[in-house]
Amino acid sequence: MNTIYLFIFLPFIFACIVPFLYKHLNRQVHTGWFVLVVPLSILIYLLRFIPAVSSGETFEYTFSWIPSFGIHITSYVDGLGLLFGLLISGVGALVILYSIFYMSKVREALHNFYIYLLMFMGAMLGLVFSDHMLAFYGFWELTSVSSFLLISYWYERKSSRQGAMKSMLITVFGGFGLLAGFIMLMMMADTYSIRELIANMEVIQGHSLFIPAMLCILLGAFTKSAQFPFSIWLPDAMEAPTPVSSYLHSATMVKAGIYLVARMTPVFGGSPVWFWLVSGVGIITLLYGSLTALRQTDLKPLLAYSTISQLGLIMSLLGIGSLAVYFGPGESGTVFTVATFAALFHLFNHSTFKGSLFMVVGIIDHETGRRDIRYLGGLMHVMPITFTIALVGGLSMAGLPPFNGFLSKEMFFAAVLDVSKAGVFGLNSIGTLFPIIAWVASILTFVYCMIFVFKTFGGKYHPERLNRKVHEAPIGMLIAPMVLGLLVLLIFFFPNVLGKYILTPALSAVLPMMTVSSYDLKISAWHGVNYELLMTIGVILLGGLLYMAKKRWLPAARKFPQNLTLNHFFNEGLSGAERWSASLTNRYMTGSLRHYLLYIFVFFVLLLMGSLLWFYGLRFDFSNNAMISVFDAGLVICMIISALTVLLAGNRIVAIVALGALGYMVSMFFVIFRAPDLALTQMVVETVTTVLFLLCFYHLPKLKKSMERLSFKWTNLFISIAVGLTVTVLGLSANGHKLFEPITSFFENSYKLAGAKNIVNAILVDFRGFDTMLEISVLTIAGLGVYVLIRQRSKRGKEHEAE
Amino acid sequence: MKQNDVILQSVTRVAVVIILTFSFYLFMNGHHHPGGGFIGGLSTAAAIVLLYLSFGIDKVRENIRMDFKKLAAIGVLIAIGTGMTSVIFGKPFLTQAFDYFNLPIFGKTELASALIFDTGVALAVIGTAVNIILSISEDR
Repeated sequence: MNTIYLFIFLPFIFACIVPFLYKHLNRQVHTGWFVLVVPLSILIYLLRFIPAVSSGETFEYTFSWIPSFGIHITSYVDGLGLLFGLLISGVGALVILYSIFYMSKVREALHNFYIYLLMFMGAMLGLVFSDHMLAFYGFWELTSVSSFLLISYWYERKSSRQGAMKSMLITVFGGFGLLAGFIMLMMMADTYSIRELIANMEVIQGHSLFIPAMLCILLGAFTKSAQFPFSIWLPDAMEAPTPVSSYLHSATMVKAGIYLVARMTPVFGGSPVWFWLVSGVGIITLLYGSLTALRQTDLKPLLAYSTISQLGLIMSLLGIGSLAVYFGPGESGTVFTVATFAALFHLFNHSTFKGSLFMVVGIIDHETGRRDIRYLGGLMHVMPITFTIALVGGLSMAGLPPFNGFLSKEMFFAAVLDVSKAGVFGLNSIGTLFPIIAWVASILTFVYCMIFVFKTFGGKYHPERLNRKVHEAPIGMLIAPMVLGLLVLLIFFFPNVLGKYILTPALSAVLPMMTVSSYDLKISAWHGVNYELLMTIGVILLGGLLYMAKKRWLPAARKFPQNLTLNHFFNEGLSGAERWSASLTNRYMTGSLRHYLLYIFVFFVLLLMGSLLWFYGLRFDFSNNAMISVFDAGLVICMIISALTVLLAGNRIVAIVALGALGYMVSMFFVIFRAPDLALTQMVVETVTTVLFLLCFYHLPKLKKSMERLSFKWTNLFISIAVGLTVTVLGLSANGHKLFEPITSFFENSYKLAGAKNIVNAILVDFRGFDTMLEISVLTIAGLGVYVLIRQRSKRGKEHEAE
Repeated sequence: MKQNDVILQSVTRVAVVIILTFSFYLFMNGHHHPGGGFIGGLSTAAAIVLLYLSFGIDKVRENIRMDFKKLAAIGVLIAIGTGMTSVIFGKPFLTQAFDYFNLPIFGKTELASALIFDTGVALAVIGTAVNIILSISEDR
């Protein structure tokens, strides 16, 4: 076991301790202080990888989990994984520090909050360091589940529950797509390892499943990263506590889709479909997000839409960067490699400024109790530090110097200008749309950034609109956004430190085939007067004008009809699907136990009898059978008599006793055929079930001769005879076929392999221990289910009596 | 349940001891002879059910103060725990180990980790069986 597993699973392990810490120590110390240790230690551990990874090394650790199925948990540390790992642990540490002051230790159920948060952190770390596709998928869904739990954290609110539901539906829907895509990839390349996929990309690219697999994987990536038109879940996810929005829904989880696209670029990049889908959807999302963000009056949805639009920006950069795979090493290839580099750079920048902006919103909400910009204003004088942070974050998002957003925005403009001149994939005709959309979206981005900063902090202060006395936030709440704001500034002045040590190794993981000199990847603030700079100046001028004139057009924009929004279509579609499936299900789920048994038995007969006749034909071979002794014949006669008694008994207790007798008779057969383990088990099971039956007997209605139609009974007779015939024929013909090698020879070695003389027991606890473990889990769950069902019913019954 | 059942109660007093001893024997014996966690657990459950039948739920509950739901959960946890232990030692999940030791009274004895796993199975079976029977019989 390598230490990396310890660190990936540290959040999960720690989550087990949190309830106890909360129970015993929460009165004295906020639970968050203990939790803070986890991301900090992971961060320090991961920082130690930077020197080795930046010099081009990668690390791989394999741990075989279920070797018989070839399932190994392979952890693979390379530049891309490390970039994400640092974001997850770094932003995680800051968010937890912030949450200590944001979440009240008196009022909130802190243990739930931190357990979900740790679960998410572990899942996300597992995701970015997994090489095995199924492990990747498992962690991917676990992030969706923890996000669901965190959004519904204040589950008394209806909007929280609905938002959680919506995000779950959409992301898990995409997750299934991802799973299908992974399975197709596995079928093509015959491996579950992502690295081996990349090594085998020629096989994949020539395969007929190439496009379907790509579409499925993109579905997963687009739903997770809230790309148009799947973006609607993200604004509703804002019902989560603000630290969660800042962590999951802007800095990390929504970037999992970006991560997936980046990881898969070597496999799919270079194909026109991939380029058009990724960059096209990305740039449409950029425009859609910035347009919709303008119309918001609540600060959190405003930031959510801006996150959508920024994710679109990164996505489109990755799409443009995938052209590098098409061109290969060379001059044009280098140009588009820089686009990928810009995507990674903006990804990092976005996490810094958006994280700090969310925390600012949290502070405003916490101090004023309001998030609506129509009520806020003039907070600059009351909360000067918060205002400074918001200004840094907001201007960086708008793409102004001297903040890191300016650098990556310039690189984005450069990339869209390059792609309009690329001249492949039909870019000649509509390629010019890229710079135009990018420019328009940037203007809109500039405007909503200004609205965010100056509508809340500028203007006149209206204390009468707020129902509490407003003052600056406590220093603890300010530390985390201050650190992020400081990063925003530092990256502007020293971008190449980040570029050299973190982004370049990540780039070589995304585009392993490109060899790019560090000269091309140098980030600089001043390139001389060129198109990019002119575009930025244009954005500032036009955006400033629009902001000045906002009173004229903004109210009109906010009056966009509600029933044309994507949300409306989603809600309509969902309730329609529910109605439709309910009417379909009600048609066969009648609530009658007899009908259900009918379905089960008919299916049983059709499947078994059908496949028997279809595949093997009937073949009986009695030559190896033992002689039938007097005991056998006597037992069979007794069994027939007791079975008939069950059917014909007029009294239920007689029927139950006869059923028990039948069971004991079967165990006698086991004795005759020398299977003592089976005989013992059957005997004990029979005893316990008879008791159980007698108990249930109390609840059953009186047995009465039923007055049903005769035809109905005929069908029953027919089905029951068919079932009996199927089982008999199956049992008899099983002897006539030898389809597989007998596996007894393996189990006969049980004494050598497992030190057990009893083969049956060795199979149960050792050879097939996994089955037994799952069986007892199922048994326990079933037992709890019975308990809960009965408890619920008797409770309800009591309530009825009370009424 | 009937309150006054002298014969049943007197027989049960003796029989339960025998059944419990036998089920313990079955359980320990499972490695080399017929028996094992499932059978041992189920026959223990049968003994407990017999107690309930003859003495009534309330009286038995006074004497066996045990939450059988928790017992089942503990059993499953033990089983999963033995699986995880092999992971910690760097072996695949649920690898069982055995060896022979010289113990003071028993002489050369085989100790197998499978027995711990089997304990988990037995506890889960006892817990679930008794739990189901109890909840159905309490539902009046």
